[in-house]
Amino acid sequence: MDAVLSLTRSRPGAGRLVPLLLIAAALGFLLLFLLLPLAAVFVEALRKGLGTYTAALVHPEAIAAIKLTLLVAAIAVPLNTVFGVAAAWAMTRFAFRGKALLGALIDLPFSVSPVVSGLIYVLLFGAQGWFGPWLLEHDIKLIFAVPGLVLATIFVTLPFVARELIPLMQSQGSDEEEAARVLGAGGWQIFFRVTLPNIKWALLYGVLLCNARAMGEFGAVSVVSGHIRGLTNTLPLHVEILYNDYNYAGAFAVASLLAFLALITLGLKTFLEWRYGSELAAKAPRGH
Amino acid sequence: MTITINRLARRFADFRALDDVSLSIAPGEFVALLGPSGSGKTTLLRILAGLDFPDSGDLLQDGRDLLQVSARDRGVGLVFQHYALFRHMTVFENVAFGLRVRPRARRPSKAEIAERVDKLLKRVQLDGMAARYPAQLSGGQRQRVALARALAIEPSLLLLDEPFGALDAQVRVALRRWLRHLHEEMGLTTVFVTHDQEEALELADRVVVMNRGRIEQVGTPDEIYQQPATPFVFEFIGKSNKVPVRIHGARLQAGDQRFEADALEGLADGSAVAYVRPEHLALSTTPLENGWKATLRHVYLSGSVAHLELDVPGLGQTLEAELGGEEAQRRSLQAGMTVTVQPRHLTVFPLDGKTGEPDLARRRVVHPRYGQAALARWR
Repeated sequence: MDAVLSLTRSRPGAGRLVPLLLIAAALGFLLLFLLLPLAAVFVEALRKGLGTYTAALVHPEAIAAIKLTLLVAAIAVPLNTVFGVAAAWAMTRFAFRGKALLGALIDLPFSVSPVVSGLIYVLLFGAQGWFGPWLLEHDIKLIFAVPGLVLATIFVTLPFVARELIPLMQSQGSDEEEAARVLGAGGWQIFFRVTLPNIKWALLYGVLLCNARAMGEFGAVSVVSGHIRGLTNTLPLHVEILYNDYNYAGAFAVASLLAFLALITLGLKTFLEWRYGSELAAKAPRGH
Repeated sequence: MTITINRLARRFADFRALDDVSLSIAPGEFVALLGPSGSGKTTLLRILAGLDFPDSGDLLQDGRDLLQVSARDRGVGLVFQHYALFRHMTVFENVAFGLRVRPRARRPSKAEIAERVDKLLKRVQLDGMAARYPAQLSGGQRQRVALARALAIEPSLLLLDEPFGALDAQVRVALRRWLRHLHEEMGLTTVFVTHDQEEALELADRVVVMNRGRIEQVGTPDEIYQQPATPFVFEFIGKSNKVPVRIHGARLQAGDQRFEADALEGLADGSAVAYVRPEHLALSTTPLENGWKATLRHVYLSGSVAHLELDVPGLGQTLEAELGGEEAQRRSLQAGMTVTVQPRHLTVFPLDGKTGEPDLARRRVVHPRYGQAALARWR
């Protein structure tokens, strides 16, 4: 009897070791590859003192990069929000030919390397590109200019909102919207009074992720930017330039801004997941 | 307000959801659309609501073409199977929705809306629940909120999709009686969809039995149960025994027995199929000349009714009979007994010579003639 008891007692002990090892491995990994670099950013940024740090941030080129990053995000994020809602609405509320194709297209930016995305725009709108001569004739400059940056950013961040909304709207079904219609509501009334309240937290979540990517995007933007200082450099590009100029403190100072952005995004994201988790998940309770 | 449904057809890819459906619904009528899943009943309901449109056919309301009127302007009250309450709105807001979204000119004032919602919530016995959210209500309560919401726009037609499908058995019975009372009070033309025959037969003034996109039979619950028009209705509603028979010289040959009846006059010889309800099989424990010899396999007493399983060698099949539980006990019917079985009421569908399908046009209701002795001894 004693032997049996001790056996059953030792089991949970042995079983506790494996999870502990796994947790330690995961934490160690996170520490090494995420927290350490993050800490390094701030340590390096402040290595030459607070004065150098602030000087790097208020440098005219840095200010221009911040403004440009905000401008690009301010155009790309609202556009992709509208597109994401429209695409999710179309994908979940209507049956039409080419629906699977639309779904694949929405996912395309996720599966294509950002550099390739940027190159596509250069090939289309660059001086040697398909529409290059026509654009040149009409004196429209897309590539190596702000419009190109916006285009590339829109392309890269296109899936975030739609991908967040589609599973949720699929699981919610269209019953409530049909009920609203039969009760006499018009299209906009249905959207603002029924659809939007049901998807608002998922929408906010998608917008948040979309914004983080729009501000942090490097690859696609790098190809179309042309790196004209003070004109076509976004924050991530500015970091690279400073770094290549051996201005490590400056590079890390600007990088710390992006790190802050990441931390704020992470905080908001965690808050949304904690507070409205059930409304974000695809298997949101249907209320019956 | 008469609704005329004329030759409606609706296809989904290769599936015929509705196939030449015609029906007329009188003002104030309570109509049940009854059928198995895929029979087209929900499609018909959605077309009535304006949420779906037929490929062909007409839908008229007092001569007005309803198909030209959008769901938004139709003024139809619809209660969804899963209620489709607005989950982010309180009960009050749910019920007020239909009034709030009206164009300004037709929108009642805030006070009027509040008054009407209060009245409706009282009517559906939910006063005091106005501030709750749908997730905080029981199934039966949600159902009544959905009903109040549909009634708020003062519809000319009320449509209910499987209104009791998602409820417990007990709540279901209580709620459907209540709904019937409400209908009698308000006199609102009501159409509801169900796959539950008990529900349809108990609630409706008229039952429309549907199968594979077609209407099989329209009639009062009594007509549907007592005089099924098609083999499908026989098999779908209530219980019945299906017996292959032959018609031969105005007589019915069923296994080793031959039955005579007036109704068989004029029917050509040939194969046919006969349906007999369990309660239309009479049993005699003393051997009779006329009737199938059978062995009583099982007696299932379920409350007030006794279900009897009869093995009939002359037919090569098992028949189910039914009689009152008390009577079964009084006559001390037990498994293993030998009995004579006499069908008292059969419905016969001669089979089409070419297709082998039951010919609905030549349907006959047959009451076989038995000798005086048989009648005397029966029971």
